[in-house]
Amino acid sequence: MNDTPALPQTPSAPDTIQPVLRLVPQGGLSYFWRALNDIAQGFHYRMLALTLAWLDIRLRYRGSILGPFWLTGTTTIMVAAMGVLYSYLLEVNVHQYLPFLTFSIVLWSLVAGVLREGCTAFTSATRLIHSARMPYTLHVIRVLVRNILVFAHSVPVVLGVFLWFHVRPHHLAALLPATALWLVDCFFAIMLLGVLGARFRDTSPIVASLTQIAFFVTPVIWAPQLMATGQNWLLLDPFFPLIEILRAPFTGDIVQVAVWPAALGWSALLGLVTFCLFARMRTRLAYWV
Amino acid sequence: MAGIDVRDLEITFPLYHGDARHLRAMGELGAGTRFAHDARNRVVVQALRDVSFSLKPGDRLGLIGGNGAGKTTLLRALAGIYEPVGGSVTIRGTIGCLLDPQLGMDMELTGRENIRLRGMFAGLTRQQIADVEDNVEEFAALGSFMDLPMQTYSSGMTVRLSFALATAIMPDVLLMDEWFMAGDAAFRARARARLESLVSGADILVLSSHMSDIMAEWCNRLIWLDGGEIRMDGPTQAVLHAYENRS
Repeated sequence: MNDTPALPQTPSAPDTIQPVLRLVPQGGLSYFWRALNDIAQGFHYRMLALTLAWLDIRLRYRGSILGPFWLTGTTTIMVAAMGVLYSYLLEVNVHQYLPFLTFSIVLWSLVAGVLREGCTAFTSATRLIHSARMPYTLHVIRVLVRNILVFAHSVPVVLGVFLWFHVRPHHLAALLPATALWLVDCFFAIMLLGVLGARFRDTSPIVASLTQIAFFVTPVIWAPQLMATGQNWLLLDPFFPLIEILRAPFTGDIVQVAVWPAALGWSALLGLVTFCLFARMRTRLAYWV
Repeated sequence: MAGIDVRDLEITFPLYHGDARHLRAMGELGAGTRFAHDARNRVVVQALRDVSFSLKPGDRLGLIGGNGAGKTTLLRALAGIYEPVGGSVTIRGTIGCLLDPQLGMDMELTGRENIRLRGMFAGLTRQQIADVEDNVEEFAALGSFMDLPMQTYSSGMTVRLSFALATAIMPDVLLMDEWFMAGDAAFRARARARLESLVSGADILVLSSHMSDIMAEWCNRLIWLDGGEIRMDGPTQAVLHAYENRS
């Protein structure tokens, strides 16, 4: 019988420094300070978040033969069907349209996934939140990583289509900052929707309908150059500049408007709103979920 | 030195989902009830109010009281999960929680995977996690169930695993809810031996229960919670006597 703990403590002298947790009601600047600390702590536990995300994926597809590769298959079929039909309807060359559509659809599936699962980032982690004190950022990173892993399963479709149609990226240099901006934006989007979803249970259905509308309004299945005039109006749709900064280097979209400033502007707004809301509401999350 | 210091702790839960109007109509709000208005005139449930106490190394505090007295809420406040609405909570030392056998465990994952996750959360190295795994495996005596999803465990097995895991990574302050008494008598005896070695150091135990015999066996100080407030605070026998003769 083993009745002793595995990791006996080193006998500590009375003056050794121990972690001190002092909790008092917050106000003013300490909101922001604690929120920053939470984010830093969250990244400190990144390996735990990665493992949780990986286990999420494994559990979701346990017992399924193709597992996450169902996504790869579905994407292939969808892109093939839509590519042929819409290139005919929109009267564009299929060689030009299909790579564009594949890239857009796969990217949009990431957007939709992040928005959908962002709403339940904290509510689905109720048990973990109530079991021990841990940074809330951990749950955000978990959802982010999970969605990136799912996204990764569709990437082969894009690669395949690009190879088939001999598409070569035009400006690889623009790809790196665009990817970085996407990661940051996805992180903040999950955090924002997670907080809103914890407080207002209507968030999920609202976001689901808005995502649906955004899919058709944003140039996802139609190229922005179909708009002869008034491309500027598209910048009011936050999804357009963000998608375009990532898509244009690949497909060589002709964009007449300043997508980078718009993308940065929208991102800054998202980051600011999210951080303020998270800082203010962080301590309330445990009470809400 | 491990220590807990709680000053004028107040925890309130906001009522959001349409219950507030009903309560107003019923005249349930105001002094003498657990419902109140906060600064922004929202209806809140006062889970804890004016709770103050401090603990030093060697203390084994029992929280006793009926259902809804605020025992679990107080444990969660001590764990830093519910941050105070008023007052303060100060904890010196690492905190270990056994609040619910299933909390923090993913029932779809195997016992071994759950141990790994907990080890990562505690910031252990790969080698240390392996040590904890062996230790837990031996104490919980689950055999081949270690590699099966926890859904397939009996409640006793879940309790054994949770208890073994929570006590394998030794905290300075251990917070426990009463659930772990769900094990059989043989398990309880072993659990006691294991806890003894943990509490014998300069450590603090806070245990919540509504069963007097458990309290008498495990604790050297009791706080009797009633309606979110401290009704009595003192040595085990004195408080137990008053609790059992309550009207």
